[in-house]
Amino acid sequence: MLKNLPFALFCSILTLILAFPILGLQLEHKGTSLIVTGTDAGTYYYILSAMLAVFLVQLFKSKLAFAYNSLRPEQPIISQWLPCEEKRQLIVKAVFVLLILTALILPFYSSRQWSDIATLALIYVILGLGLNIVVGLAGLLDLGYVAFYAVGAYSYALLSQYFGLSFWVCLPIGAMLAATFGLLLGFPVLRLRGDYLAIVTLGFGEIIRIMLNNMTQLTGGPNGIGGIPRPMLPMLQFEPEFDIVMLEFGRRATEGGVPYHVFFDVPYNSSMKVIVLYLIALALALFTIFVVQRLIRMPVGRAWEALREDEIACRSLGMNRTTIKLSAFTIGALFAGFAGSIFGARQGHISPESFVFFESVIILAIVVLGGMGSQLGVMIAAVTVVLLQELSREFDEYRLLAFGLTMVLMMIWRPQGLLPMKRPHLKLEQG
Amino acid sequence: MLESSLYFLQQLINGITIGSTYALIAIGYTMVYGIIGMINFAHGEIYMIGTYIAFMAISAAAMLGIEFLPLIFLMALMASILVSSSFGWAVERIAYRPLRGGNRLIPLISAIGMSIFLQNYVRLGQGSRDIAMSSQVSGGWIIGPTDGFHATLSYMQVIIFAVTVVSMALLTLFIARSRMGRACRAVSQDLKMSNLLGIDTHKVIATTFVIGAALAAVAGTLLGMYYGVVNAYIGFIAGLKAFTAAVLGGIGSIPGAMIGGILLGIAESMTAGYYSTEYKDVVSFGLLVLILLFKPTGILGKPELEKI
Repeated sequence: MLKNLPFALFCSILTLILAFPILGLQLEHKGTSLIVTGTDAGTYYYILSAMLAVFLVQLFKSKLAFAYNSLRPEQPIISQWLPCEEKRQLIVKAVFVLLILTALILPFYSSRQWSDIATLALIYVILGLGLNIVVGLAGLLDLGYVAFYAVGAYSYALLSQYFGLSFWVCLPIGAMLAATFGLLLGFPVLRLRGDYLAIVTLGFGEIIRIMLNNMTQLTGGPNGIGGIPRPMLPMLQFEPEFDIVMLEFGRRATEGGVPYHVFFDVPYNSSMKVIVLYLIALALALFTIFVVQRLIRMPVGRAWEALREDEIACRSLGMNRTTIKLSAFTIGALFAGFAGSIFGARQGHISPESFVFFESVIILAIVVLGGMGSQLGVMIAAVTVVLLQELSREFDEYRLLAFGLTMVLMMIWRPQGLLPMKRPHLKLEQG
Repeated sequence: MLESSLYFLQQLINGITIGSTYALIAIGYTMVYGIIGMINFAHGEIYMIGTYIAFMAISAAAMLGIEFLPLIFLMALMASILVSSSFGWAVERIAYRPLRGGNRLIPLISAIGMSIFLQNYVRLGQGSRDIAMSSQVSGGWIIGPTDGFHATLSYMQVIIFAVTVVSMALLTLFIARSRMGRACRAVSQDLKMSNLLGIDTHKVIATTFVIGAALAAVAGTLLGMYYGVVNAYIGFIAGLKAFTAAVLGGIGSIPGAMIGGILLGIAESMTAGYYSTEYKDVVSFGLLVLILLFKPTGILGKPELEKI
């Protein structure tokens, strides 16, 4: 214990140095000069107690570690409580169907605001799953993912503004454009090693944002683009003649469609347009889940993971690493394009401010927290992160602080994420 | 003719000034990368903290009635080096040391988390508004006609350049001559082997972080006095620029960082002076992408062998 004393003292003084100038001192303008003042006494008590805590923890570190280890209960074996393999799969399927049904019905019974938040959560689910392909499965750290998201959002906004194209035309175009961007960026960049790739993608993301900010004639610069139309739904009409009409969900038809309450002859409900968007987002999220689920089991999905695990081995087996990486990058960008188009439709107004580096970090955090490569984990993490952001609006000050800290702590304690990936595997039938 | 060449000279002077501070920050990236092969994302925030501390020290000196400029400067430098190095040490200890030897992406993500944490820690303590300070050093030499268009070499710019050169010289001496410097070089060549030979690699890595942070603090003090403005968000972009400088010069090489920093500074001020200020960040990121694509080893870097 005495052996730890100098180090414990050092650590507690270090705590003082780290905390006192930043938290305990304030810079204030007074006339033309700048003065330093102290803050309230409470902060000083906090700093003192932090010093004391650090001192004690460091002093009794070995004893604490011992106590912690002896306190930790035996890890229960979960698998013996679970039903057998076939039954489990059935249950999983049933739960999944139930969840989808709930998700379909829920918006009609909840407030407009919650449907809106749910739409955002679904957008992040799509983004998370898309980035999961790049980061989780292929092991390529992409810090500029938000650039593809921006491409999707801006292509919908611009195409509808300049050419009057509808959402359903813009959605695939936006996704294709984002994928093309991914392909074009990926082609030269993917030769780079992991961390260089991270920086280049980061730089690319920033370049796109600065360009959007400065190409004022085309993109409206920092003001962004407003008046993005909400999506309409095509509907078959039988009377007076057989036709396809586009349903609008505003009170009055502004885009040349038919308002839905006129078509169905029902009273107008203002939250309907939010619900419709939510349902579109839900459909796209389900589509994404389905596609990714299939991709993982396909040769290309296996190749992504193999390349992540051991690049040299893959190359010696004759796999073309550029094609494999490029496919991951492009498909990831494609989903970001989808998400971007929905985002544009949800906001009605987009500006470069929505596509800052921090947004990439949030998506990355979703993937990391959920467990790199794990589908279910990423989905849960996406919903959690969006909900936490909405619920913690009052604690806005501490939100980002906690966010950064969580990322660090997760990496230290549980780098595999909350729900680590389970490898799809086949079992030979016994006897 | 004279006017345009003077204009060019002015851009050159500005570029070299900014570039030398980029070089100081870049050292932190390059040394850490050279030894443990990771990008220390939180380095920019340490520079930002250094600037804040320098502002505090300068205002405190003014409140105490100290007017002797070198003393003020020294106080600011010492204070910011002390605090920034502590941050550098603590960050390494808390966020990176427990992760050593695993997947390469994991420390990188942890570093991004640390960067967000530090940024918001300072924002909570100091508020998110800009803090401005009147300049301590005024005046300069005028080049060209005094009454017409002329270029200025301010005293502050000279100080920045001189302090940078001195710090670099000290660092080079330290790396080349001292026992610890030798250990640093050994660890950067082969971490496992130097560990086997009895070098305390944890200590060497911690030292690297502390030196990098101290140089970032010097840069923070200088740039803070030059621009006279600080907020909690300056670290991100400065860190990115410095990283570009490190890559441009060849990551892992200390003279490379110096050359890369100055080249980047000049490229940036030329873009700002001749094209548009808005695009100067695009130029540095574009430069970064181009170097990584065509010459990933940078100007002075050694090619990395792929070990199988």
